[in-house]
Amino acid sequence: MSEIFDAKAYVTHMQALNELTIESDWRPEVEAHITATKKAADLLLSFPLDDTEEAAPVFVP
Amino acid sequence: MSSFDSIHADATTIAGSVKDTDLTAADVISSSLDRIKQLNSTLGAFTDVTETKALRDAQEVDRQVAAGAYLPLAGVPFAVKNLFDIEGITTCAGSKINRDNPPAAADAFLVSRLKSAGAILTGSLNMGEYAYDFTGENVHDGNCLNPHDTNRMAGGSSSGSGSSVASGMVPISLGSDTNGSIRVPSSFCGLFGLKPTYGRLSRHGTFPFVGSLDHLGPITRSARDLALVFDVLQGPDPMDPAQADKPFLATTTELKNGIDGLRIATAGGYFRSNAEPEALAALDAAAAAVGASREVEIPEAARARAAAYVITASEGANLHFDRIRSRPDDFDPDTRDRFLAGTMIPALWVQQAHRFRSWFRAMMSEMFENLDIILTPTTPFAALPSGTKTITLDGQVIPARPNIGLFTQPFSFIGLARRSGPARGAPSARHRRRQGAGRSTLNQEGG
Repeated sequence: MSEIFDAKAYVTHMQALNELTIESDWRPEVEAHITATKKAADLLLSFPLDDTEEAAPVFVP
Repeated sequence: MSSFDSIHADATTIAGSVKDTDLTAADVISSSLDRIKQLNSTLGAFTDVTETKALRDAQEVDRQVAAGAYLPLAGVPFAVKNLFDIEGITTCAGSKINRDNPPAAADAFLVSRLKSAGAILTGSLNMGEYAYDFTGENVHDGNCLNPHDTNRMAGGSSSGSGSSVASGMVPISLGSDTNGSIRVPSSFCGLFGLKPTYGRLSRHGTFPFVGSLDHLGPITRSARDLALVFDVLQGPDPMDPAQADKPFLATTTELKNGIDGLRIATAGGYFRSNAEPEALAALDAAAAAVGASREVEIPEAARARAAAYVITASEGANLHFDRIRSRPDDFDPDTRDRFLAGTMIPALWVQQAHRFRSWFRAMMSEMFENLDIILTPTTPFAALPSGTKTITLDGQVIPARPNIGLFTQPFSFIGLARRSGPARGAPSARHRRRQGAGRSTLNQEGG
């Protein structure tokens, strides 16, 4: 999925949504970080979790 | 023991000498303060030194010892990462922005615990900005350097906590660990570090990073000091909503029992394929020392790390949203760009990470039905040269900075206790002692 992810467009859209200041020389790093996070998320979303698997409301290790 | 020796001794030895009146607390603190003055301009470990208060506290400890008080850490100097509140000092958390905050009104809970045991606070320590760091680099306070080789990283984000102990400034320090920030500097600086079980120690009076992953713990020069300090730090505190309702866990008295009867294995798969040979040598030496011949594979370790990454990026950005929106120029560029990206993460990804967390925790619980301890390298390599941007692991060129925590993140993610320590019996141990390459033990109830 990450291969078709348009990080430039996504960052531009989210920058406006969240009213962020992103200088032009910061942008490549921000795009790289959201791309890396997308890659991590893809790994998680491709894992088959049972419908009954819930996020722990009170986390106890 | 002379006061000169106290700059290399562990806390147990120092406290014993003060209790036996071979040394005074005032002697010990003077040596510690001299060492800080001598080395701090080079290493950048301390950001505040509380000299006057430390000397006054030392006199009080000597008075209490003379009166027969029981103080398990009598006269032991310590320092804390500058996200711990210290009364009268602003809690900066490695940032420029938090310098605008008023001084803390009271000490953090764990600082108070150490003081009540006779330990003496000497100041606050450098760290990566807002704890989002594994390197020890900080644009505001200067980089914190590795005392074994100042061309190498101290590790972070509890960088000063590692550098101050490894250089002999103090025998014990406190740090925080969200994804590995106690364990990484322990590994890089050749020290012992403990990240207790999530919820075991109160975090009240510290600046947070990722509430669902944040832990506090000690860095020391010896394994027995980890136990001594951990026993002192425990105690109920209703001010930390995440503190688990667990009884006191005595560890110092358990040390005499050794490892007899413990089921110990090493981790293979992900933890072997991503490790440099020197890290594997340290792991194998530790395994040989404890007779751990069994190897286990921890399923989905890479996904566990990915989930920790997503949760950290999202929760951290949420915490700092107002600051990153209003004062982005005042952030360290290395953290700013990650916080900006973290504001853009869909809730779908975060929720999936939390649901996976439940799955991974249940799977690991099953593994621990047949095991007590799993050994892994703490870091995939020894301390990296400062400024390293990329590394090659398993044939892949990857960014250095985020991947230092490759082996620490999967476990703090589910709150498991981990202890990092140097493997001195391994081949090339001299190299590792100088530059770090810890091996880590992981267990379910070890703290």
